[in-house]
Amino acid sequence: MFFGYLLRLRRNLQLLVIEKLKPPADLLNASAVQSSAADGLVVADDAVMNEVTNGASKSKRISKKPQYSRFTQQELPAWKPILTPGWVITSFLAIAFLFIPIGLVSLFASERVVEIVYRYDQDCVPEMYRGNVTAYIQNSLTNKTCIENITVPKRMDPPIYVYYLLDNFYQNHRRYVKSRSDKQLRSAAYEFSTKECEPEARLNKSRVSLPIVPCGLIAWSLFNDTYNLIMKEKVLDINKKGIAWKSDTKVKFGSNVYPKNFQSNDLIGGGKLNESIPLSEQEDLIVWMRTAALPTFRKLYGKINTSLEAHDTITVVLENNYNTYSFGGQKKLVLSTTSWIGGKNDFLGIAYLTVGGICLFMALNFILLYVFKPRPLGDPSYLSWNRKTVN
Amino acid sequence: MATQSSANSQNKKKNNKGKVKWSNLYTFSCFRPPPRLAEVGQPGFIRVVFCNDPGKHRTKPYKYCSNDVTTTKYNVITFLPKSLFEQFRRVANLYFLLVAVLSVTSLAPFSPLSLIAPLVFVVGISMLKEGVEDWHRFIQDLEVNSRKVKVHIGDGKFVDRPWKVLRVGDVVKVNKNDYFPCDLLLLSSSYEDGVCYVETMNLDGETNLKIKRCLECTLRFDEDIKFSKLKAVVKCEDPNSSLYTFVGNLEFGDEDELNSSYSLFPLSNSQFLLRDSKLRNTDYVYGVVVFTGRDTKVVRNSMKSPSKRSRIERKMDYVIYVLFFMLLLISLIASVGSVQYTDQEQTVEQWWYLQLMYDTDASFDPRKPFVSGFLQFLRALILYGYLIPISLYVSIEVVKFLQAMLINNDQQLFDEMSGKSVEARTSNLNEELGQVEMILTDKTGTLTCNQMEFRKCSIEGISYGGDVNEIVRAASQRMNIDIESYRFNLDGDESVSTPRDSVEMVEISSDQINESKNSILDGEHDVKNLGATGIKGFNFRDKRLMNKMWVHGSNVWDMMMFFRVMALCHTGIPVENEEQSGSHKLKYEAESPEEVTFLIAAQEFGFQFCRRTQSSMFVKEIDPSASEVEREYKLLNLLEFSSSRKRMSVIIRDEFGQIFLFCKGADNIIFDRLGDGGRTYQHATTLHLANYAEDGLRTMVFAYKKIKDSEYEEWSSSFSKAKAIIGPEREELLENVSENIEKDLVLLGAVAVDDKLQDGVTECIDKLAQAGLRIWLLTGDKKETAVNIGFACSLLRHDMHMFHLSLSRDVESKNQLKAMKDDILNQIKASYQVTTNENTKEDPFALVVDGKALEIALTNDIKDDFLQLAVNCASVICCRVSPKQKALITRLVKKYTGKMTLAIGDGANDVGMIQEADIGIGISGMEGMQAVMASDFSMPQFRFLERLLIVHGHWCYKRISKMILYFVYKNIVFGLTLFYYELYSRFSGDVLYDGWYMVMFNLFLTSLPVISLGVLEQDVSSDICLQFPALYQQGQKGIFFSWKQIIGWMGNGILTSLVISILNVYILSPSAFRKGGQVVDIAHLGVTTYTTIVWTVNCQIVLIITHFTWIQHIFIWGSIFSWYIFLLFYGALPYSKREYKLLVEAVGPAPMYWIVVLLVVVISLLPYFIYMVIQRSFYPMDDLVIQEMKHGRKVVVDDEMWLREKKSSRKATHIGVSARVDAKILYLKDQLHKKRMFIIKSTTNSPIRRSITINTLENRD
Repeated sequence: MFFGYLLRLRRNLQLLVIEKLKPPADLLNASAVQSSAADGLVVADDAVMNEVTNGASKSKRISKKPQYSRFTQQELPAWKPILTPGWVITSFLAIAFLFIPIGLVSLFASERVVEIVYRYDQDCVPEMYRGNVTAYIQNSLTNKTCIENITVPKRMDPPIYVYYLLDNFYQNHRRYVKSRSDKQLRSAAYEFSTKECEPEARLNKSRVSLPIVPCGLIAWSLFNDTYNLIMKEKVLDINKKGIAWKSDTKVKFGSNVYPKNFQSNDLIGGGKLNESIPLSEQEDLIVWMRTAALPTFRKLYGKINTSLEAHDTITVVLENNYNTYSFGGQKKLVLSTTSWIGGKNDFLGIAYLTVGGICLFMALNFILLYVFKPRPLGDPSYLSWNRKTVN
Repeated sequence: MATQSSANSQNKKKNNKGKVKWSNLYTFSCFRPPPRLAEVGQPGFIRVVFCNDPGKHRTKPYKYCSNDVTTTKYNVITFLPKSLFEQFRRVANLYFLLVAVLSVTSLAPFSPLSLIAPLVFVVGISMLKEGVEDWHRFIQDLEVNSRKVKVHIGDGKFVDRPWKVLRVGDVVKVNKNDYFPCDLLLLSSSYEDGVCYVETMNLDGETNLKIKRCLECTLRFDEDIKFSKLKAVVKCEDPNSSLYTFVGNLEFGDEDELNSSYSLFPLSNSQFLLRDSKLRNTDYVYGVVVFTGRDTKVVRNSMKSPSKRSRIERKMDYVIYVLFFMLLLISLIASVGSVQYTDQEQTVEQWWYLQLMYDTDASFDPRKPFVSGFLQFLRALILYGYLIPISLYVSIEVVKFLQAMLINNDQQLFDEMSGKSVEARTSNLNEELGQVEMILTDKTGTLTCNQMEFRKCSIEGISYGGDVNEIVRAASQRMNIDIESYRFNLDGDESVSTPRDSVEMVEISSDQINESKNSILDGEHDVKNLGATGIKGFNFRDKRLMNKMWVHGSNVWDMMMFFRVMALCHTGIPVENEEQSGSHKLKYEAESPEEVTFLIAAQEFGFQFCRRTQSSMFVKEIDPSASEVEREYKLLNLLEFSSSRKRMSVIIRDEFGQIFLFCKGADNIIFDRLGDGGRTYQHATTLHLANYAEDGLRTMVFAYKKIKDSEYEEWSSSFSKAKAIIGPEREELLENVSENIEKDLVLLGAVAVDDKLQDGVTECIDKLAQAGLRIWLLTGDKKETAVNIGFACSLLRHDMHMFHLSLSRDVESKNQLKAMKDDILNQIKASYQVTTNENTKEDPFALVVDGKALEIALTNDIKDDFLQLAVNCASVICCRVSPKQKALITRLVKKYTGKMTLAIGDGANDVGMIQEADIGIGISGMEGMQAVMASDFSMPQFRFLERLLIVHGHWCYKRISKMILYFVYKNIVFGLTLFYYELYSRFSGDVLYDGWYMVMFNLFLTSLPVISLGVLEQDVSSDICLQFPALYQQGQKGIFFSWKQIIGWMGNGILTSLVISILNVYILSPSAFRKGGQVVDIAHLGVTTYTTIVWTVNCQIVLIITHFTWIQHIFIWGSIFSWYIFLLFYGALPYSKREYKLLVEAVGPAPMYWIVVLLVVVISLLPYFIYMVIQRSFYPMDDLVIQEMKHGRKVVVDDEMWLREKKSSRKATHIGVSARVDAKILYLKDQLHKKRMFIIKSTTNSPIRRSITINTLENRD
């Protein structure tokens, strides 16, 4: 709407020649799908030739005439796909034949994954505290240790991943998500940049006092349940190294940043940190700091490198420290193997199979339609003016 | 009035050349409305003008406005506030402003710049455009206001002054071919009797000159020096917009008698010179300024230029309202949800990890839940603002700019003759071009080239110059096959009729067909040769008349009389032809261009009118002896042409003393006055006249009469007596007297003049009619001319029911509004009855309205009836309409029918109409630039309308429609995925995507494909558009931007967003997504979802686009590719937060990521794809079928089918050449059939046949 003036300006300057002219032969040899009428092009080209031969004397008169280019005359060679029955059937079949194998493969992969999910948040509260769970969990003097047995349903090959699963925990809450200081985590030099970390930024919650490292609500609410697995009276080694992303341990969490003043305020949120280990090696924290997208999430706790046989019984000795009781969230322990698609995920395979099935169904329908009631291409009886007369 | 015989004025002074007293040629001027003197002094008539004393107008109450005309909207101070106000009257802009203001607060989820910059862009460019437009107007005003005119400054001195300093009361002198600077009262002119000729092309589009005549009392002020003594006072009506009336009186005191005796003279329109009309054929005039500046009638007739918005854009506003409602709804849900979670007693306890009580964030303050809720609401308004895409506005601007560029650069819209091409002056109406249903066109300069040509004549019942009517030719060409088969049938039919008979039967309607057959045989080039003769105004070829061949004809005497009428019965004068002085050919000037063509034709036939004196006319004639002689004819009387007499006569005495009356005029008038001996050729001439008229030629009949001396003497005395009478009955008496002599005429023949149409007008109208457009002709010209042109360009045909709406004369004379209304209403009602009558319903109708009737018909209480009738008619012609009426009709038609109107015109008188219509087109022809300046598109020739509408309009409409729908879809998809995440994040308003993704979405990742859709999409190529005008009706019906489409696309958007969100969440969140056991966090979910959106919306556009050039491919696949490039680069930046190395480390190596994207994209597109397939298979639209017909077949075009569909795609229409040809074929077939039936009947009933059959029967026995 605004450009009328620019348009005129542009015409005068004649700057934009989008496409270079091609010799006529090229134009005529252009592919069959090209839409422009061939004689139209020839005429246009004659005009161009004239322009060339006329030379400078006439150039002033001609200069007002819009210059020929296939772009400005809207005659660019174009592919004009038409959705013919053949194309329709082909594309449905193509999708079907692509999707059904993918679906089968991923379903197969998902089937191979063995997963043990064990909810412990209710069982681990002593009977006497069942009426007032919050008081139990908030009281630092109560015994939080809890011992449970779980059975391995199928053989699990290493590596076996140990996850904790939290439910109804909004790590994606806006106030929570932004309450961290990436600068501070990366380098000791930015210890004081805690602006975004309120309300867990400084000691005693005053703005001038010492900074908390790592600051912010996320770090403050660090998950602190611990699991020890015992199988056949032997402690299963849970490897806690290598559970965080490389980019986190290498770049985002500094090797010279040590926890300071952490959990020193009156209000203690979650776990504490060993002040002598740099943040880059505190992988529990690093995993926790990767905020989950949804209120139900699992996070890596560690890896087990020994295989578990079917029907093995594992004794879990866990410290039930973390408070999910106040908001009614569940806590689960998950042991899972993986395949190339990751963890157990039947939905993906089913979805692929469904879509593939639908497409196969559509393709068959259209094939039947095509066989029994073929529609001639460009059937003029479908034209509106012909339909009117029929009616 | 002075007459030819009054020689006293002639003796008074020596006439210099050119000072021929033109008015003396006229014996009387009839029917000038008597000035309504009584009204002067009444309310509404209080303007007092002190002539030659502008000083008195310096102070109140006589201080009138200056002559400084401004058409600008703004000035330096008001520009900013006023244009800003204009901009923010748009709801969308207001919303964007609100968002921009909020974005600088802490509430904003994104950087303020990303919100403010597009707003500044959109608003800034609109304002810039307004500013530049206004600047152009300012420059134009400046140019007009500083034109110079000679003004009297006292003591008889005249000096040049700019127009703008003129004041009421000034005496000015205007020279030949200058415009009048303001409304003037004519005092005197270079002609002795104070007439002057005025061209009012700019006011009403009429090309003929108008005569203005000063009062007798001011006649003597005809030299500069005399004006020192002029003292007079004009009292007249207040400024008004009526162009054809002026009421006032002049108090005029003779300077000798010193104020003692003022006499009062009535003033009328004929002393009144209007601003913007032009002085022609007169060396100079003196006039006194009466109305200045914005008081002048022409300025009062002009209107403020409205800013136009296209219909789609207005509809888009409603779409925006719907989206805004959606936005409010989801924002409300978000804020209520947020309050719900924040405002709980236990919240603080429950959600301990948020520490809501400490260092509270205003958005999550449990103590003030409603404030928090409101803040959340505001935040949501900004966050989900993706539903209301400001980028859409930006993209539309860009697309329309590029579309306009393509229109401007179309070589087929370039006119080699004028070196101009079609120019889109505003780009915001491009898509309107594809939806036009009604064209209102001016005549002169738009359809016609304002050039008269002598085409045919009929002398003594023989038609000359008769190249065959194109309609008949086309019809007979198409019928040829039919005729052959008929002949075959007849030949085989009982062999009663011989082949000879069948040939006769083919020669049905008169001799025309015979000729046409010949011309078919001769081929086309012959027809073309008939065209140009090289002489302007003379397009005539007939060997029988050319090169003096007529002297060998049978009846030379009548021929000569015919040419004499042509050469003598007129008011023209010859002017020297400077260019071709060697050829002895003269050029002529006359009151009407027709007369000029007659003179030119007469000259070509050998009767060169070479001189005129006060009493004689000289003609170089060809004698039957084929030698050239110059003869003098004494001009005895001239009986003037007037609209009621419709004829003109001269009485002359030739060298032999014989007195003749030569008369020319309208056919019915002349036929009434023929004597018994003069009707020899009447039948033949009538036939020819009908044929000429059907071709749209303007006809005139010539007749003469020989008058005996005694008879003349008798009549002359009574004529002089009648002239001597002073009073109102004088005119009537004069008319009666002249009627006495104009009788018992002898018919000579008829001539036909062509008001030359511009190139390709007929074809263009034909195509437009086939595309379903209605064409109304609005002209300031008179009815006859308008109807002629109606025929010429096939808007009218003879088998139409034509309704003529005009005031009957007695009602008009009474001048009572009530009676006039009743009269018109009755006419309308009666006509409407006919149109709705069952028997005649299907017939074509035409309506011809005249200006005065129109004025009544457009009054509030009967306009609905009028328009109801008008839309039932195939074509409507309005004649003698003022510029204001043109605009009014346009507005009413627009309002009443709700149809898209396009107005096209070339002159200043069309400006109102051009501005009022949905689309205004100015012809950048010979006339001034006013029409072009006011227009939205300008074109050098009418014929470009065809390509502009049917090709570019169709494309632009589809492009913009598809583009907007897609844009709505794409932003709904994106915006809603943001909202769904709200539900997962406890309505806290967290954003799933990184801030940069959000910016990138409309800026880079999806913008270019949609622009390529808006600029390059073609459903069918341009030649197919032209071959199937029916495709244009898709735009008229608005099927590509209907609410069905809009809702459908919104629904598709919502569905797609749901599919994308739900599938991503359900597949990704429960367990690890990599072999390494890692689970997704916000960044991973965000990036995967976002990738699927980018893929989905870009693949969706692939399904929409039907025309892929390399540009589309690059834009679409490039957009998707650039998303990965962006991720790569963004992830490589060490300071990107959670997006660091996202692609290379986390999602890239995970097969899950890729197969999720594949799955989600396919599922998202599947519903639309299935819809598309089903639609194409079972309910294909015309463009799709045509695409298939053109490209989908192995044999590229099934010729026969192609041609058949091409033909049947035309909309059934009653106007246009093709329709006329069809009608003619029908008529001819009918005739043929009748004749055949007649022959069969006559043969079966004939006694011979009976006897034969009886005989055969007997023989059998």
